[in-house]
Amino acid sequence: MKNVIFAGVGGQGVILASKVLMEVAQKKGFDVKESEVHGMAQRGGSVDCNVRYGSEVFSPLIPKGGADFVVSLEMLESMRKIDYLKKDAVLIVNREQINPAPVEIGAMKYPEDIEEWLKKNFANTVVVDTTEALKEAGTRKALNIVMLGCLSKYLEFEMKDWEDAIKSLVKEQFVEQNLKAFTLGRELIKS
Amino acid sequence: MTRQLMLGNEAIARGAWEAGCRVAAGYPGTPSTEILETIARDYREIKAQWSPNEKVSLEVAAGASVAGARSLSTMKHVGLNVAADPLFTFSYTGVNGGLVIINADDPGAWSSQNEQDNRHIARAAKLPMLDPSNPAEAKEFTKLAFEISEKYDRPVIVRTTTRIAHSQGPVELGERADVPLKDFIRDPKKYVMIPAHARPRHVFVEQQILKLKEYSSQSGLNKIEWRNKKRGIISNGVAYQYVREVCPDDSVLKIGMVWPLPDELIKEFASQVEELYVVEELDPFIEDYVKALGFKVKGKELIPICGELTPEIVNKALNGKDAEKVLPEYAGALPGRPPGLCKGCPHAFVFNVLKKLDVVVNGDIGCYTLGVLPPYSSMHSQGCMGASIGMHLGFEKARGDEMARHSVAVIGDSTFIHSGITSLIDMVYNRGTGTVIIMDNRVTAMTGHQENPATGKTLMGDDTYELDLEMMVKACGVKRVVVIDPKNMEELEKVIKEEMAAPEPSVIMTRRKCILKK
Repeated sequence: MKNVIFAGVGGQGVILASKVLMEVAQKKGFDVKESEVHGMAQRGGSVDCNVRYGSEVFSPLIPKGGADFVVSLEMLESMRKIDYLKKDAVLIVNREQINPAPVEIGAMKYPEDIEEWLKKNFANTVVVDTTEALKEAGTRKALNIVMLGCLSKYLEFEMKDWEDAIKSLVKEQFVEQNLKAFTLGRELIKS
Repeated sequence: MTRQLMLGNEAIARGAWEAGCRVAAGYPGTPSTEILETIARDYREIKAQWSPNEKVSLEVAAGASVAGARSLSTMKHVGLNVAADPLFTFSYTGVNGGLVIINADDPGAWSSQNEQDNRHIARAAKLPMLDPSNPAEAKEFTKLAFEISEKYDRPVIVRTTTRIAHSQGPVELGERADVPLKDFIRDPKKYVMIPAHARPRHVFVEQQILKLKEYSSQSGLNKIEWRNKKRGIISNGVAYQYVREVCPDDSVLKIGMVWPLPDELIKEFASQVEELYVVEELDPFIEDYVKALGFKVKGKELIPICGELTPEIVNKALNGKDAEKVLPEYAGALPGRPPGLCKGCPHAFVFNVLKKLDVVVNGDIGCYTLGVLPPYSSMHSQGCMGASIGMHLGFEKARGDEMARHSVAVIGDSTFIHSGITSLIDMVYNRGTGTVIIMDNRVTAMTGHQENPATGKTLMGDDTYELDLEMMVKACGVKRVVVIDPKNMEELEKVIKEEMAAPEPSVIMTRRKCILKK
């Protein structure tokens, strides 16, 4: 069974990223379960999606110490998920800081050492800089798909599977843009 | 058979459609909202509608049922409190066309003001309650609920929780059943609950619950999975999935029908296992029942009563296993990321002014409840939908004129329509002099932009009468009514000061479209 956590800030599109992965896994014949949170938490708060696929999946939630991949669309959010990492997991983090309310009002500081600390304490930490990729994709909204592209380099599915899933889930006028974003994301991971 | 990935809520919508449901009504509330949205989008044979509140939605569905149609009413757990009045008596009248109520509990209070366990309501109202453990079951149980409803003449509740409603999984798709409209037969002894009719109907209700108790043991909704008999675990809903994951070798009595509970099956299971456990979220509902049947069982001394369960909580409780920690503790301080009002939110303008004026604010339920958090920190009471205006009057009754001159009630457009109108009538009727701010952002925002009676559109997308909120508050007897764009904060401050100072009831309507609304 594979366990993937997408983490981010409300509005970054973690639900769409997880939907694409689920679609791919389901088409390949896996049992799939997912869990997400809506409502009040989405108003700029921390959000996450758990995706699990395998021959038979029971819990829709990934237990602590059970994630094969954590894909975080924001630096600070990755820190909230470190308890979920398996020993040989891969942690993919977008090098972007979005200040939460306590930092905005000056009550707390945004921790500056996250990247350094993660790399020091967890060897399989991959921090990606998506700035150029997003410029090339033409929209910052494609961050979720860029990060999914990063993840795809570690998974067994073929490019065509991903393309089909993106086509089936994204509105027609945005398909090209998202396919491009996906490819740009793949290129961020050195093979 | 086609299989499709679906959210639990989408699966419920599909189940209602396949069951031949004709009418669906509800009020938005996380985690139940997507059910009616899915129906309106994908299953247009069903007449779906947002009602002003849950009570009305249940009455619409009950009316449709008595008139002969299979019908559905959807709401979150606290919504069923609002609908409790019709619920308890429609239990007596029963149904004609199948009547199914979807109740979405929220363990963990992800998007709610409490963690109430509505299994107690099924028991109190003497109604069958089904409790699916994944999206596939959510669809099947919804379909089955219509059949149970008609066979046993009971409204049936299908209970979900956040991890069912907002969880995705594969669902087998079926066709829509052709269920004709039943005849409406005038039968006042069944449908008009004067005391003389209610007394014999109560006897009928008790008989039906006994029949359903047998059904509960025999139907397959509750079932024993025999594995190792050293330990037997009774579990329901998503907790069942956690049990299967962390205790793969133990025998399980899976509860899919949580009321009435299956006495015979429980006895069969409990008498054959060496040690008996109940793993359930929230209250010891099943546990207490099993104890009352005379069995020794471990439950809430191991499983937390507060918050939602997770696989690792169940693993720790039943197997004593801690999750492996791969990384050390981070020594620094991680700032939290609480939800907040969006940049440019019209509510933010109002809260900036209220903060500056440093007045007491009686709050209500909606995005604007976030006014309680920094940087605004400007809300001092809040409890349920519509409470702000009644509590505001209570503050004045307790502390007099001085309090009314330095406080306001705030309530959103949809919440005002839901249950604020009667409180405003009360404020005028009982000679209150307070100031109410109706924060009119032209939409039911928090739950994801649903239409309401003041938006001029229905759930199905049709144009309709747009409720005139000014006329409404004037009809309640409020003479001082000001409509203002809150972005004009200087003017807003002046207006709030003036209206608070006026020794008579007043309403300020801060009208500006939600920043996220197109």
